[in-house]
Amino acid sequence: MVSAILTDKKRNLRDAYSSALIELGHKNPDIVVLDADLALSTKTKRFGTVFPERFFDMGIAEANMMGVAAGLAACGKIVFASTFAVFATGRCYDAIRQSIAYPELNVKIVATHAGISVGGDGASHQMLEDIALMRVLPNMTVIAPADATEMEDVVPAIAEHKGPCYVRIGREDAPIIFETHGEFKIGKGYILRDGSDISIIATGTMTAEALKAYDLLKEKGIEARIIHMPTIKPLDEELVRKCAIETGCIITCEEHSIIGGLGDAVAMAIATKPVPMYRVGVNDVFGESGEARQLMEKYGLTADNIARVAEKMAKV
Amino acid sequence: MHDKKLIIEVKRKALEIRKWVIESVYRAGSGHPGGSLSIADVLACLYFHEMRHNPKDPNWPDRDRLVLSKGHAAPALYAALALAGYFPVEELKNLRKIGHFLQGHPCMKKVPGVDMSTGSLGQGFSTAVGMALAGKIDKKDYRVFAILGDGEVQEGQVWEAANTASHYKLDNLIAILDRNKLQIDGPTEEVMHVEPLAWRWQAFGWDVIEIDGHDIEEILDTFHEIKLNEKPTIIIAHTIKGKGVSFMEGTLSFHGKPPSHEQYIRAMSELEQEEKELEEEYG
Repeated sequence: MVSAILTDKKRNLRDAYSSALIELGHKNPDIVVLDADLALSTKTKRFGTVFPERFFDMGIAEANMMGVAAGLAACGKIVFASTFAVFATGRCYDAIRQSIAYPELNVKIVATHAGISVGGDGASHQMLEDIALMRVLPNMTVIAPADATEMEDVVPAIAEHKGPCYVRIGREDAPIIFETHGEFKIGKGYILRDGSDISIIATGTMTAEALKAYDLLKEKGIEARIIHMPTIKPLDEELVRKCAIETGCIITCEEHSIIGGLGDAVAMAIATKPVPMYRVGVNDVFGESGEARQLMEKYGLTADNIARVAEKMAKV
Repeated sequence: MHDKKLIIEVKRKALEIRKWVIESVYRAGSGHPGGSLSIADVLACLYFHEMRHNPKDPNWPDRDRLVLSKGHAAPALYAALALAGYFPVEELKNLRKIGHFLQGHPCMKKVPGVDMSTGSLGQGFSTAVGMALAGKIDKKDYRVFAILGDGEVQEGQVWEAANTASHYKLDNLIAILDRNKLQIDGPTEEVMHVEPLAWRWQAFGWDVIEIDGHDIEEILDTFHEIKLNEKPTIIIAHTIKGKGVSFMEGTLSFHGKPPSHEQYIRAMSELEQEEKELEEEYG
């Protein structure tokens, strides 16, 4: 079990991204960073201020950015390419497929503003299909960190990993869950709370909600097991199967469409030995404008909703 | 001015490339002979004179790179690479065959000498910009050559890449536009106009040179004269689709179709005849 706390203390993952990137830049001269006119929002601009000779703004031309990243990587660079998740994946799918995933080049796509919690910008900017789009690509690693501490571990880990990676983080400040560094490994899931009645497997922003749901369920006498799954691909299938067997039912939680994301990945992992399962996510609809918290509530991405579903399932 | 001997030698290579294009596409039973034949002379000039490369060390960091952004001309690229010594020419007979490494479109993971996987038009050009940018970051003197189709410039991404190259002053990037005037659905100007080409590229901050893409001497001279002046260069190579095989020249039908057995025999004998004439003329 990995230690995880739940307090009101929050940090922004984008800040963690830029700090980790700068640290990495000092250590490794091969790190090059690209952005597509969102460097202030993704916070890659901070890297550009420290290393102007290794930061290039590609302007509002995301697909070209992915191609340029591939070319740089083909010449030995470790390239971080950032923009909002909606542009980084949907708009660039073909560029990523042809020029990054197929030739297996060392490009790290770090997308911010993923999910519905983008808020006011509305459905056009609320990316809920990015995990699905990146997961289907051979050679691609897909990661959704839960907090700033973990993000600081993810950045050097993906730089170390040879090959394409996709990392999605949200816009909002996120509760700090991990107090210490060093736990994150690509492809590994973590049990944060143990229990035997139900497994709640969460990724990204939803891990904090799952931890809150644990407390709610405990009050009702339900012992939930909370699993944080930062890497969606390659999935820690061994852990998923173990939890399926030991708890008998599973809920997955993600700030993403219920189609194609963590829920589907988990379902596939247990398909040969299935257990009852429910996917908490956005139910195949587009989002809308609103405040982050309001949207998370309206679309069922809350601890309350997880606990409500878990209660029903655990009782069956 | 280049000496006569070099010009003859490159002409011979171009003919060999053409023969292998016909041979490999015929044996594969599919592929794109038209656009492979149109770019054969440019490829011969690059791989047998202009480019700094070493077939014994395909990943040499200081080599000049070539991105075949019009990836469907792979048969011509593969022929040039094989003739240069990257892999045995016999492999060209296994183009597009299962279990063999010569994929229908260039794959850098499988084919020695292929600098970038391409096939989805517009994508390769952006990667060439990235390679040129890497050269500038590392202060290396290698150059990056990108070969574009004329239909390919209908892709919006080409212009994103063109804009980026001039913005970052990538004078180590040289694009060659294979202006053979035909795309699958018809003449470019009927399908979706690309003219005025030179004007468009100039407006995007590029140096533009227009040449006869089948005149070996002119191609070699043009490459030789390109200067490092903080601007990327594009060579608009006026070519003939299907060049070198009479019944393929200027036709649409051989864009993505292999020759029949009779056509294969005829094409090979035409190219062999041309080789013979070259030998008789220069010995």
